[in-house]
Amino acid sequence: MSDLDLTSWTCPAPLRDRPRVVMGHGGGGALSAELVQQIFAPAFGGEVLAQMGDAAVLSLGGARLAFSTDSYVVRPLFFPGGSIGDLAVNGTVNDLAMSGARAAYLSCGFILEEGVELETVTRVAEALGAAARTAGVEVATGDTKVVESGHGDGIYVNTAGIGVVPAGVDLRPQRVVPGDVVIVSGAIGVHGVAVMSVREGLEFGVEIESDCAALGGLVDTMLAVTPDLHVLRDPTRGGLAASLNEIAAASGAGVVVRERDVPVPPAVANACAILGLDPMYIANEGKLVAFVPREHADAVLDAMRAHPLGADSAIIGEAVEAHPGMVVARTGLGGTRVVDLPLGEQLPRIC
Amino acid sequence: MKYIDEFQDPALARRLLDEIRATVTRPWALMEVCGGQTHSIIRHGLDQLLPDEVELIHGPGCPVCVTPLEVIDKALEIASRPDVIFCSFGDMLRVPGTGRDLFQVRGEGGDVRVVYSPLDALRIAQQNPDREVVFFGIGFETTAPPNAMTVHQARRHGVKNFSMLVSHVRVPPAIEAIMSSPSCRVQGFLAAGHVCSVMGMGEYPELAERFRVPIVVTGFEPLDILEGVRRTVAQLERGEHTVDNAYARAVRPEGNPAARAMLEDVFEVTDRAWRGIGVIPDSGWRLSPKYRDHDAEHRFSVEGIRTEEPAECRSGEVLQGLLKPHECAAFGTLCTPRTPLGATMVSSEGACAAYYLYRRLDVPAATAREASPVV
Repeated sequence: MSDLDLTSWTCPAPLRDRPRVVMGHGGGGALSAELVQQIFAPAFGGEVLAQMGDAAVLSLGGARLAFSTDSYVVRPLFFPGGSIGDLAVNGTVNDLAMSGARAAYLSCGFILEEGVELETVTRVAEALGAAARTAGVEVATGDTKVVESGHGDGIYVNTAGIGVVPAGVDLRPQRVVPGDVVIVSGAIGVHGVAVMSVREGLEFGVEIESDCAALGGLVDTMLAVTPDLHVLRDPTRGGLAASLNEIAAASGAGVVVRERDVPVPPAVANACAILGLDPMYIANEGKLVAFVPREHADAVLDAMRAHPLGADSAIIGEAVEAHPGMVVARTGLGGTRVVDLPLGEQLPRIC
Repeated sequence: MKYIDEFQDPALARRLLDEIRATVTRPWALMEVCGGQTHSIIRHGLDQLLPDEVELIHGPGCPVCVTPLEVIDKALEIASRPDVIFCSFGDMLRVPGTGRDLFQVRGEGGDVRVVYSPLDALRIAQQNPDREVVFFGIGFETTAPPNAMTVHQARRHGVKNFSMLVSHVRVPPAIEAIMSSPSCRVQGFLAAGHVCSVMGMGEYPELAERFRVPIVVTGFEPLDILEGVRRTVAQLERGEHTVDNAYARAVRPEGNPAARAMLEDVFEVTDRAWRGIGVIPDSGWRLSPKYRDHDAEHRFSVEGIRTEEPAECRSGEVLQGLLKPHECAAFGTLCTPRTPLGATMVSSEGACAAYYLYRRLDVPAATAREASPVV
């Protein structure tokens, strides 16, 4: 185990083995990463893009700005605990928050499918506006396009956002060092299971509401304890497993997670058990994972727990020197397992 | 659902492990038949916790893994047709046929849909009377009853545009085939609890007696599996070979009579090819003549498909318990979940995928060196 050459485990096949886009290319896992690394990044060039963070941090006019964009194609448009409007605000606000920035302005692009009821458009717009007010961000510019019936899925929304990164804050996976403590801000897997329950018509005995929320305030609270946080991520597509793997790969550190300490609500655990899914890979929309220097960990955790969006925060593991670039879970019974980057989408099992 | 925590209790697990350690006096090789058990064993690290004398061999019980290439190629052919809506459980979509998978068919414009129940596929057929709706009916005795019920309902309600591509397999003939192999090392079986919850335990005493092998019906949570191991090892140490039910909360000796009656009505036993293993006599089900109108193989002309298995893939030996996944030279290099050579690397319940996903750190370095990248 000690002299295993881990680099030999990477997949030798190039992306273009698949001649066409498949759903997994949008799943936030290995296929998504290959799409960006092998097609988009080489085509676009540029040093800023190479940072590959949730948001780009730019120097402009003497200020450090965070800049991010995301598109929202969720189905159904409304789900327990939120809507595509909430997601379009909170997702981009959170991408900025993960660089330490409070979002200031958003752009908003609507792609509407011919035939969608205006009442639905109104509800989405109102939800989007309300979420923006809650997050303390202003929608400053926008765009609307309409596509023919059958060429869309009702409503797609794109948002982009900018905010200012405070002085002294430098959140990057490259800052992670062995000994850093890994904290999550609460229960994981909730959003993904909530959306799945309505999209697929599945019922799990109790209604599960999405955790969709803007995390700027929680991040402010953490930075008030110390600006010396090493990295933050909001574990959306691909879930906690994808975020931890991205950080491990970019930092070169190993990551150990104690499975029993990862907060998974019983309803999420049950739904995942039924479908054969792993909560670590399920999407979240109102949670963050932080790598914090050990000496600050307790104080940061206390501050998070005092915030409404971090009440169930928990220390789940640490960065280690062993198995660089890999995430390993200690199982509840005392075994270990590798927690890999998801390939594409998780697939419900047959039985 | 409180059962999930109860059957993962570390203190109880330690007690069972202590008891197994106290009982075992020499090496034993046990086969867990079901891929769900394999997944649970590897995911929770049970094989790391068991004493060295107890070796777990992973059996052929992953329905996705054993579905023959020819059937998958038929599915790809049918799913590619513009008039067809092809419905399947999710984990079949990534299984490679010859050169492509159902995801790629969908990427090329095929209407391939993931469903959570075969009845969802029937509903899609009722909502789309101008399209042909085909459901991919694979799996063991666990998925066969709802699939049988769906075909029954389609006939009863006259849903003429619904058909099923059937490739169901049965566990007992597979156990018989494994035990009959001259290279077989299996000394005890952890039988699949959910299969027995449908079929009961009636097929096992004859097998246990003929091959002088203990068969313990076992569930899927970590404590279920440890209890199954404990009872199997206890029998082996005593020189016994009986059928024992360690999953009594779900399995009655007679199984589920209503489900069995439905199976008998809709299906008939047939010889069936298992991917990587070959044809096992009487090991499958096909639709009986009464339901032939709903048989996709009859409805669509998909004969004469020529299949081609990757020469490097040794999943057949893995499925028979003759080879551990990491002992294959292609494991982790030519063959990964991203580019699987065989279905055991694709299915989430496949032994190779379980090893790749969860156990890469433990693979002996010597094996990893042998398996150096080829490209």
